[in-house]
Amino acid sequence: MDTQLKPKYTPQDFKSELEIKWCPGCGDHGILNSVQKAMPEVAEQMGYSHEDFTIVSGIGCSSRFPYYMKTYGFHGIHGRASAIATGVKVANPKLSVWQITGDGDAMAIGGNHFIHAIRRNIDLNIILFNNEIYGLTKGQYSPTSKYGKVTKTSPFGTIEEPFNPGQLVIGSRGTFFARSLDVELNLTKECLVEGSKHHGTSVVEVLQNCVIFNDKTHIAITDKAERADRTIVLKHGERMIFGKEKNKGLILDGFELKVVTIGENGVKEEDILVHDAHEKNPIVHTMLVNMAYPEYPVALGVIREVKEGTYDARMVEQIEEASAESKIKTMDDLLNSGDTWEVK
Amino acid sequence: MELENQKLELEDVVIIFSGDSGDGMQMTGTLFTDAAALFGNGVSTFPDYPSEVRAPHGTVAGVSGFQVHLANKKVNTPGDNCDTLIAMNPAALKANAKRLKKSATIICDADSFGEPDLKRAVFSTNDPFEELGIKDYNIIPAPVTSMTKEALKETGLDNKSITRCKNMFTLGICLYLYNRDLDYSEDYIIRKFGKNPGIANANILALKAGYNYAGNTHSFANTYNIAPAKLEKGTYRSINGNQATAWGLLAAAEKAGLPLFCGSYPITPATGILEELAKRKSLGVKTVQAEDEIAGICTSIGAAFAGNFAVTTTSGPGLSLKSEAMGLAVMTELPLVIVDVQRGGPSTGLPTKTEQSDLYQALWGRNGECPLIVIAASTPSNCFDYAFKAGKLSMEHMTPVLLLTDGFLANGSESWKVPAMSDYPDIVPPIVKEVPEGGYKPYVRNEDKLARNWAYPGMKGMEHRIGGLEKDFISGSASHDPLNHQRMTDVRAEKVRRVVDFIPEQTVEGAEEGELLVIGWGGTYGHLKSAVESLQADGKKISLCHFNYINPLPKNVGEILGRFKKIVVCELNMGQFANYLRMNYPEFDYLQYNKVQGLPFTVIELKDKFNEILEK
Repeated sequence: MDTQLKPKYTPQDFKSELEIKWCPGCGDHGILNSVQKAMPEVAEQMGYSHEDFTIVSGIGCSSRFPYYMKTYGFHGIHGRASAIATGVKVANPKLSVWQITGDGDAMAIGGNHFIHAIRRNIDLNIILFNNEIYGLTKGQYSPTSKYGKVTKTSPFGTIEEPFNPGQLVIGSRGTFFARSLDVELNLTKECLVEGSKHHGTSVVEVLQNCVIFNDKTHIAITDKAERADRTIVLKHGERMIFGKEKNKGLILDGFELKVVTIGENGVKEEDILVHDAHEKNPIVHTMLVNMAYPEYPVALGVIREVKEGTYDARMVEQIEEASAESKIKTMDDLLNSGDTWEVK
Repeated sequence: MELENQKLELEDVVIIFSGDSGDGMQMTGTLFTDAAALFGNGVSTFPDYPSEVRAPHGTVAGVSGFQVHLANKKVNTPGDNCDTLIAMNPAALKANAKRLKKSATIICDADSFGEPDLKRAVFSTNDPFEELGIKDYNIIPAPVTSMTKEALKETGLDNKSITRCKNMFTLGICLYLYNRDLDYSEDYIIRKFGKNPGIANANILALKAGYNYAGNTHSFANTYNIAPAKLEKGTYRSINGNQATAWGLLAAAEKAGLPLFCGSYPITPATGILEELAKRKSLGVKTVQAEDEIAGICTSIGAAFAGNFAVTTTSGPGLSLKSEAMGLAVMTELPLVIVDVQRGGPSTGLPTKTEQSDLYQALWGRNGECPLIVIAASTPSNCFDYAFKAGKLSMEHMTPVLLLTDGFLANGSESWKVPAMSDYPDIVPPIVKEVPEGGYKPYVRNEDKLARNWAYPGMKGMEHRIGGLEKDFISGSASHDPLNHQRMTDVRAEKVRRVVDFIPEQTVEGAEEGELLVIGWGGTYGHLKSAVESLQADGKKISLCHFNYINPLPKNVGEILGRFKKIVVCELNMGQFANYLRMNYPEFDYLQYNKVQGLPFTVIELKDKFNEILEK
C-alpha cells in the first residue's frame, strides 16, 4: 500500500477537547495516552485514515474513553460493547474498530458477548482495563477481584474465585492476547500496535490502578523497584529471561513452568525457553498467562498471536462468491425467482 | 359395472392434513397448496405444529397439522372448519374432531388405528369415531402404511425409509380427490431429493400408488373441481409472512441504497426471517447469528451506527431481552427495524401458537420516556409492504421502528401478485453528504421530520461520539442539564408524533357510518374481514376498521370512531389495543372481543359475537 499519500498523524490528532473526568491518579490516564500514541502508528502501518478509527465502549469508568478521543465513538450500554463493535466491523470491515471495556463490563454482564467475539475472531482491538473492582458504582467486587477481597458488597470477603482474563481469552479460542501495566506506557502502546496489526480479535489486558476504590491492587508488580524481578516481558523468538540482573528465566519442568537462575545448579542460558507466540497449541500460553506473583513473574507483552481466519473476512468472501455465482442480483430478480405463475 | 365418477364443482374447500409430528404433514400440505396455487386457486394456509420437534409418538400433544383453504376466488383466511381431514393416526383424529364441517370426509390410515395407537391417543374404547361422537361423516379408512409398503417393496429401501413415504401416498389420494395432476409434486420431489434418486423414486412411487388407489377403489363417490380464481393479471407466487417480511426488508435496503444487516438469534416463530435473509448473500445481506437476543439487537445498533440498514428479528421473549438496547437505539436516534413475530405468552408461553399480546410491550416496554414507531402487518403477503414501510420510516425519520407480525402470519401463506420494485418509493435517509459549515454535529435535525443528520465512521471530517447518555440538543455532547433533558425528551416524542404526517389516513371497509364498527389490528384482518363482509351481505350496518399504524395512530381515527353507534375491538389478547384507544380517545365506549387460546379467531365465532351486539 502506498502510504506516501496517507496523511501523517500525531497523538494530538486523536485528542478531543473534552475535559477528562477520571480521578487524578487513575490508571486510565496512562492508557489513554498509550492509545493516542498507538493510533498514528497503526494508521501508518495499516494504511488507515483518521476517519476509519472507531471506538466502542460499554459502561464503567473506562467506558467514558470514546469521549476523550477525536475519533468516531459509541458509548454503549453495560456489557454490550463487544456486540456493538461486532456490528460496526461487519457493517464496514474497512474500519479499525477498538473496544474499551473493564473487568465488570467484559467478564460479568458482558461475558457472553466477550467470549463469542473472541471465538468468532472478528477483527476487533479490545482493551481490557482490569482494576479488579467496580469503580463507577463506587467499590463493589468484580469477576477479577481476588478471593477474600473485602468490598462494600463483600464485607466479610468474597467467597468466589476470580477469572484470569488471559485464560478466558485462550479458552474462548483467542488468537491474540497481550498484557501490560497502566504505568508501562510504551509497552502498552507496543501491545496495542501489535494487536491492531493482528487479523482477528486482539485482547490487550492492562492491569490498571483504581486510586479510590482499589488503590495499589497491582502494587506488587507495578512497584518500580521490584517490577523487573516480578514481571517478565515476553517477546516472540526471544528467551524468557527477566530480573534486574537479567539472570532469571523460565524452563519447563515436567508439565510445569519453573523459575531458574542462570548460572545456578548448572542452568545455562540455552536451557531457558524461547517464547513462541505463534504456537497454536495453547498449553504453554495458558501456563504463561496463569503465572502469578510471588511464585512466578507476571507475564507481560504479547503472549499469544496466532493466525486464523477472521469472521469479517469470511463474511466478505461469502458475499463476493454468492454475488458472483447467483442469478439473483436485484430485488426484482428475487421476487420473480422460483415457483411463479401467470394470470392472464 | 364401472361406477361413473362424478366431478362436482365447488367454490371453496378446507383441508386439514394431520398426523404425528414426524409424519411429514407440513410437507404434504405445502405441496398440495403449491400445486393449487400454481393451478390458479386462491389459497390461504395455517400450519399448526407442536413446539417439541418430536413429541411422544402417537399422542395428541405430538400432532402436527397443516390447514389449507382453496377457492375459485381470493381467500382471506385458512377457514374455520374443514371439508376434508386427513388423519394419519387416532391422535390426529382427536385433535381435529371439533374442526369438521357437517358431512366432512375423513381419510384415515387404517393401519394406524390399532389398539396401541388408540391407547397412545388416550381412547378408552376400540371405536374412536363413536367415542368422539363423529357420526354421519364420510369416513374412508385407507390402509396407507401397508399399501405404501406394498408399493415400495421392490425398491430395496429399508422399512423406515419406506414408511416415511406414506405422506406421499396420502398426497396422491388428495390430488386424485381434487382432480389435480401429479406433475408439480413429481417435479418438486425430484428437486428436493435430487441427490438421492432412490428416495426420490420411492416418494414418486408412493405418490402414484396413492393416486391410483383412490382411483381404483370406489371409496370416493365424487371428486371435486375448484376452478381457478379470477385474479388481476400478473405474475403470482405463494408466500408466507416470514418470507415476505424478509423480502420487504431487502426491498427497503435496495431502495435506500444501503447494505442490509441483520443481527438476530433463533426463536420460534421468527427464525424463518433470519433463515431467509441468510440465503440472500448475493444481494449483499450480512446476517450475524448472534450469541443471544441482546447481541442480536446490539450488533444491529453497531451496524446502524456504521451506516447499514440494520434490522433484528425476534418473538416476545426475545423482545423482552432487547428492551434496554431498544432504548439505546431511541437515545442514539439511529434507524433500526425490530421485528416481533408474536406468539403466546407470557414467558415461554406457547412458542408455536399465535397471539397479539406483545402490544403493550411494543408500545411501552422500556425504561424512561422511550417512544418509537409501532406498525403491524395484517396478511402474510403484506408483511412485505409493512417491512418495507418500517424500513422507510426508520431510515427517513432516524428512529427505531417496531414491526409486529405474529405466528399466524409468519407461517401462513397465500398467493401474492408479485410487485415490481418500480412501484415502490425511494427511501432517502438524511445522510450528510459533506461536512457542514461549523462542523458536523450529530443531533442537528431537519425541520419537517426532526430527524437528525446521519454521518457514520469512514466519512471524512465528521468524527463524532454518540451513546446512551443524554445529549446536548445543540452540540451533541453528553449533558446532564435539567432543561436540556426536558427538551430532548420532548423532541424525541415530537419526532415520533410527526410521523402521522407521513402515513396514510385510516380507512374503513364498508359504510362510513352505521350501527357497529369492528376494530382490529395486525394478523386478525382476514378473519375480521370475512365475518364483517358476511354480515354486510346479510344487510347489517357493520363496517371494519383495521389498523396497521399503531404509534402514531392515523390522524382521522377520532372522526371514524364518532360515526358508529357501537364499537367492538377484537384482539387475540385481553384488550391491549382497546385500552390504547381508551387512552387516546376516552370519549368513546369500547366493547371487546378477546381470545387467548393460541389460535386465530374463527369467522363463525366473530359473526355470532357481532350479531349478538347488533341485536342488543
